[in-house]
Amino acid sequence: MAELLNITGLKAGIEDKEILHGIDLSVGEGEVHVLMGPNGAGKSTLGSVIIGAPGYEITGGSIIYDGEDITGEATDKIAKKGVFLSFQNPIEIPGITLSNFIKTSMEEITGQRIKLWDFKKKLEAVMETLHMDKSYADRDLNVGFSGGEKKKAEILQLLMLRPKLAILDETDSGLDVDAVHIVSEGVREYKKQVGGALIIITHSTRILEALDVDKTHILADGRIVAEGDATLIDKVNSDGFEQFLG
Amino acid sequence: MKEKTQVADIDRSLYDFRFEDADSYKVKEGLTEDIVNQISEEKGDPEWMREFRLRSLKIYNETPVPDWGPDLAGLDMDNIVTYVRPNTERMHTSWEDVPEDIKDTFDRLGIPQAERKSLAGVGAQYDSELVYHNVKDEVAEKGVIYTDIESALKGEYADMIRHHFMKAVPPTDHKFAALHGAVWSGGSFVYVPKGVKLDIPLQSYFRLNAKGAGQFEHTLIIVDEDAYLHFIEGCSAPKYNVANLHAGCVELYVGKNSTLRYSTIENWSKNMYNLNTKRALVEEGGKIEWVSGSFGSHISYLYPMSVLNGKGARTEFTGVTFAGEGQNLDTGTKVVHNAPETSSYINTRSISKSGGISTFRSSVVMNKDAHGSRSAVSCESLMVDNLSRSDTVPAMDIRCADVDVGHEAKIGRISDDTVFYLMSRGLSEADARALIVRGFADNVSKELPLEYAVEMNNLISLEMKGSIG
Repeated sequence: MAELLNITGLKAGIEDKEILHGIDLSVGEGEVHVLMGPNGAGKSTLGSVIIGAPGYEITGGSIIYDGEDITGEATDKIAKKGVFLSFQNPIEIPGITLSNFIKTSMEEITGQRIKLWDFKKKLEAVMETLHMDKSYADRDLNVGFSGGEKKKAEILQLLMLRPKLAILDETDSGLDVDAVHIVSEGVREYKKQVGGALIIITHSTRILEALDVDKTHILADGRIVAEGDATLIDKVNSDGFEQFLG
Repeated sequence: MKEKTQVADIDRSLYDFRFEDADSYKVKEGLTEDIVNQISEEKGDPEWMREFRLRSLKIYNETPVPDWGPDLAGLDMDNIVTYVRPNTERMHTSWEDVPEDIKDTFDRLGIPQAERKSLAGVGAQYDSELVYHNVKDEVAEKGVIYTDIESALKGEYADMIRHHFMKAVPPTDHKFAALHGAVWSGGSFVYVPKGVKLDIPLQSYFRLNAKGAGQFEHTLIIVDEDAYLHFIEGCSAPKYNVANLHAGCVELYVGKNSTLRYSTIENWSKNMYNLNTKRALVEEGGKIEWVSGSFGSHISYLYPMSVLNGKGARTEFTGVTFAGEGQNLDTGTKVVHNAPETSSYINTRSISKSGGISTFRSSVVMNKDAHGSRSAVSCESLMVDNLSRSDTVPAMDIRCADVDVGHEAKIGRISDDTVFYLMSRGLSEADARALIVRGFADNVSKELPLEYAVEMNNLISLEMKGSIG
């Protein structure tokens, strides 16, 4: 498949502290990649740096997305090119409804006005597949949402915004079995409807139950220490990360 | 006339001073009885009003300029006549003379061309008379009086006005209330009779477009028993005035078991000193609801006050203040609980940006008869950058044992994480910040009629532009 994301020799960190010590990672269009690793390995940092999070300094290497160098580009520009990051801790914003937020975001990304009626119909349909109560659409963004509802709201955005590359940062963490199942179904819907590529950062395998994984990367101490296909996940599950650490 | 000093004269030809102008210039002596008499005559005041103006003038001359709030040194008090009687030569008489930033704001707010000139104080008045008359006819059927205060002063409601005019806000209140009493001009009079519940809001917007109004205008609203009224004052377009002093007065009388909602969006031009006085007297079981958005002006002193005189009377104050560069906005509210089981609920937000100063002042007084009364004050401040300043000055005066008074204040900043989150969904940094600030001000926008809420949100977005870096 054609290459969508190509990261080479990426070094990045906060202030004087380097966190990523030269990452090489390549994702083809529509591929499903899983990123695993012990706590503090730099998994979330990698996700954030790809989408240009402020506060991180890129000190080496490059990020090529869809044939364009997006290294150090502003977050909104990268988002508009079709990159999406599902946050580990979605932010609560009072005074903006979930529905208005998604509509604003869709209009920013597509550069087109969206008819309110069409939007509402679509939103309601997607909320139903995610077993979200319709009333959440008119609630302030993430304010007072449970952990599960926040993550569902992230997947709702994923399905509405239809990015070409979605990075899911521990979207399954802290969720009960049923919620993980729903989120997993949502991600499968995204694959089915949009056919986009995924980088899934996770500690568990339950979110992957409905997906075919193309490649697995093990990140430890800011370096990719092992790569393989889906069978690598089973190895991690049975023997932990210890086997990959020098 | 030349003044001798010990210091040697410098070569003044360096500056382009023109001495012949200086010679012909005569300093005005401030506000005189003659000027006030003249105003009274032009308006055809009844005799009592003329005397009232003169009495107010005396109080004005005896009262010092307030020194406890933002600095008023920029107001030329020695030359107050220039505010009262703006020199026609200095008025902007053509659209071309209106400052660019004001024109630009009209553009961005999407104000129709026809209205712009009138809002800018130049050219023909916006033809809003037709709309106004339609509203007037509709409400007249219900017995509601909605008219300009000058003609009401001479009509069948003359006695009612005499009975209420500057009784809630006496000229002795402060220097600018006295000034208002002496030189007031224009404004609205509304009377809602007993049992009438008006479902459409009345808007002063139309009348404020009138020539010369909007500087010392007087609003007098009397809501009789068991009635309801929503009155909306102002609009989001910056009102431009060469004379940079606004000292209006709003007096509201809320009858037994009645509710009056008074909504305001003020957006004065950035050279304005806004020293407005607003007060409501509330009878038994009545309620005053203030919804207040304060934008613009160089300096504001604005504290709408509720005096709860009857048992079970209530007030709700919902406000937002936005202080940008060069602005010092001192706003808040006052409540006096004079009767048992009265309640006040105050919920304000203030935003300061680019060095703007926003001060929230609240004063809650529980008098000796206020048994079983409650008051809750909540003030949240948002500082958009490190240059800006936000203060909260709560005052409580409690003279009754069995009352419940609470105050809560929060100060915050926009977190980088929040901006990042919104940017990751395609919003630019500027749009992300504007969205956050609009959300912060939603206590007020939620309470406004939709078109006003939209205008206020546009206004916030506009004020937020260029706030980065």
